[in-house]
Amino acid sequence: MQLKLALPKGQLLQETSTLLHQSGLEVSGYDEQSRSYRPECRSLPNAFLKVFNEKDIPIQVAVGNYDLGICGQDWVEELLAKYPSSALVKIRDLGYGRKDLCMAASKTAGINSIDRLNGRAENIRIATEYPNLAEAFALARRFRRFAIFPLWGGAEAYPPESADLALISETPDNPVNHDLVPVGTVLRSRAYLIAHRPSWESKDMGSLLDRISASVGKLQPPSERARAVGTSQDSPWPKRPEDSGSVWLALPDGHQQKPTLDFLARAGITISDDPRNPRRPATNLAGVNVKVIRPQDMPLQVANGNFDLAITGEDWLADHLYKFPSSPVKKVVTLGFGRVRIVAVVSKSLPFESPQDFRAPLRRQDITTLRIASEYINIADKYARENHLSPCRLIPTWGASEAFLPEDADLLIENTQTGRTLAQHGLRIIDTLFESSACLIGGTQATAGVKEKRIADTVQRLERTLKES
Amino acid sequence: MQKRCKGNRDLLPLDMASFRHVEDVFRSGCLKWGYEEIRTPTLEYLHLFTSTGTLTPSMLSKVYSFLDWDGWSGERVVLRPDGTIPTARLYIESLPQASPAKLFYVENIFSFEETGRESRERWQCGAEMLGSSSPSADVELIMLAQEILGKLGISGTVLYLSHAGLIRSLLRELGLDPAEQTRIFDQIMDGNASEMMRTVATGDSRLKDSLSLLFDLNGCSPGFIQNVKATLIRDFPRLEASMDDFLAIAQLLTDMGCSYQVDMALGKGFEYYTGVIFRFQLGSQKLGGGGRYDDLIPLMGGGDVAACGFALDLDHLATISKGPDNSRSTILVRAENAGKSDKVIFETADQLRQAGYRADLDQGYTGTTKHRWILSIRGEKGKPGFVLTDQSSGKTTELDSISEILGILQVANATKTGPS
Repeated sequence: MQLKLALPKGQLLQETSTLLHQSGLEVSGYDEQSRSYRPECRSLPNAFLKVFNEKDIPIQVAVGNYDLGICGQDWVEELLAKYPSSALVKIRDLGYGRKDLCMAASKTAGINSIDRLNGRAENIRIATEYPNLAEAFALARRFRRFAIFPLWGGAEAYPPESADLALISETPDNPVNHDLVPVGTVLRSRAYLIAHRPSWESKDMGSLLDRISASVGKLQPPSERARAVGTSQDSPWPKRPEDSGSVWLALPDGHQQKPTLDFLARAGITISDDPRNPRRPATNLAGVNVKVIRPQDMPLQVANGNFDLAITGEDWLADHLYKFPSSPVKKVVTLGFGRVRIVAVVSKSLPFESPQDFRAPLRRQDITTLRIASEYINIADKYARENHLSPCRLIPTWGASEAFLPEDADLLIENTQTGRTLAQHGLRIIDTLFESSACLIGGTQATAGVKEKRIADTVQRLERTLKES
Repeated sequence: MQKRCKGNRDLLPLDMASFRHVEDVFRSGCLKWGYEEIRTPTLEYLHLFTSTGTLTPSMLSKVYSFLDWDGWSGERVVLRPDGTIPTARLYIESLPQASPAKLFYVENIFSFEETGRESRERWQCGAEMLGSSSPSADVELIMLAQEILGKLGISGTVLYLSHAGLIRSLLRELGLDPAEQTRIFDQIMDGNASEMMRTVATGDSRLKDSLSLLFDLNGCSPGFIQNVKATLIRDFPRLEASMDDFLAIAQLLTDMGCSYQVDMALGKGFEYYTGVIFRFQLGSQKLGGGGRYDDLIPLMGGGDVAACGFALDLDHLATISKGPDNSRSTILVRAENAGKSDKVIFETADQLRQAGYRADLDQGYTGTTKHRWILSIRGEKGKPGFVLTDQSSGKTTELDSISEILGILQVANATKTGPS
């Protein structure tokens, strides 16, 4: 009987690796240096191990692709907040990976307590990587009107201009940004062992569970830091920052950051990092404020007027517009760097050369449901519709998507520069959807006065640089 | 095999006959009482239902909400989880508010049900009266609902009464903070009055006795409410206004010969109730109910407008009150020689329909059909001949003209189609 275990990469990797080692499990290929997604366990020859982004693990366990999983409780609760009847069993707190989820507001916004927002008729904007928990929180608090901005990351950068609250995680090593004040704790999370409910009910996993249970507690949890939560004060009704004609420009973090900064430098625009606040660097562009956020989040933020301009990828703009076709956001300038192809990918073990090759096995029900994994969930959805790939199930992923094939997905919609990484993982490109490069995006709604001029000046400067190069 | 979505149901022809029967009885009943029909959209904004004073958190956790195609602002929409709140929204948005509005609707509502065994889409027949605060308005709605249940041939229903205003006043009198008042009120509305008794009355026997008088004992007359009032009013003087309102409604119902049971622990699932709450039950089956919600329209920004209403569970009523099986009263029209008499068949069926009968062209029925009447047409030498068979008796009659056919149907008292 095979036992399938999903393991986390990222912050929990090291301590999880230690836990497995202390449990007497000889696991190889599960460390920060490893490039493999499939560690091996010599002491449990029937075990199949796979490494995922933490956020993917509750979903993979709930749908039954894995019998057991280890991930932060925050991601388990995020899934259960939306899908309480998921086939998940929370087995035990593993004692490490302490993370607190808290609602935080800007110190300058005058929101010292969450109670200050109850009964407020104005829309309460919440930016977060945990949209389901944020919605459950807002409903439980009986906020009259609220809007959740789901994010890929960097929520701490949003208040006060782009959100009233950010639901963020803080760890002992990474406390709440000094510009923010926690106004309510939503969850105290640690690493958790979870199981697929039918596996829990029918499979004998006792040997592995016994070893892990015996080791829990041997890890030394980091010392807990006392944290002050804002208290209610008789401050005036919270006011949002006024628009003074400043232009808000969003720049990408991650691998798009360096080519973006290089390009801006060629345009004579300096971006000076502030070590105390890396998401709010300074710039020499007069009247322009810069924030560094995830490129995936930019189209939605520009559509909502939280940013006037943003440098993101055409891929993320397309993904946004496929979901919200009339969204008031548009491409202003194609910047040309960071060029990738968005491709459809299958495992080399499958005999498929094009998306059409899936149709016959779907018709014959050799494949009962086509599993399509992608970070670009709306692009993947449209691709499946246009290619008549039905029935299909979309599996949203948060990175390391190539690990899903072939066990946990049949088709992957992914970006690639050269295709080499995909080939190294035994994958084959069967279709190219489109090419994408970095672009400057802006809102479609008219601006006026000094703000309009500042936006036009910035755009012209970038266009001039493109022509000169 | 393709299957329907979990937690949803198909309505088959017989189900639809019963569904339409209930709907027709409800619609004609409401129209006769001067109510006007409305229909609200299936999609509404989520924020309509999120404020305190609308749905309880338990109901709110089961709504179907999502971002629409233009939902970039994060504004979520829901599949309508309730009929009353959209009606209040429609009233505020589109109707003149000078005089009472009497409105009714037949609409589906959506609420997640975990097991998938119950339907997540349910149909309601609802009536709302907006703009009247009189106890007589509450009684009118109760009488209307009772009349409809009676016309559906459902006997043995019991009317249960409670009063949300009385419960709210009591929670205020107990000195609980507003959040705790809302929490306990929600528990009672979700049907957990006993849990509330355990929570609130811990260690205070006098308070426990008072609450027990209200929540544990049932009555069936204005006298019962008068007795409770006389006992509680000394300790809780602010209950008087609600008690008097409840008393006036009970008295009028008694005067109208309407029997009822007072059950203060009656849960209704909505935070918006402020006055009388009522429910109709057949044994343990809940058939529907309603109540007064005077704070809802003010909360939604519609001004100081009192309102009350009820909704009947259409799905449930349709299972109890069977509609006519129309297939039995339909005449099957067929040709004896296929292809030769098509024009005559169409013309004959049309004449039968014009005379008010259901005529079903035979497009390939095999074996015995459910039709009571079968009309076979012979096309011989350009002159049609007819054979009419009554399947209930097996009697066959050869006829030469439509008027002869209609004569036999009339004598046999064959069912005609309704006004629809």
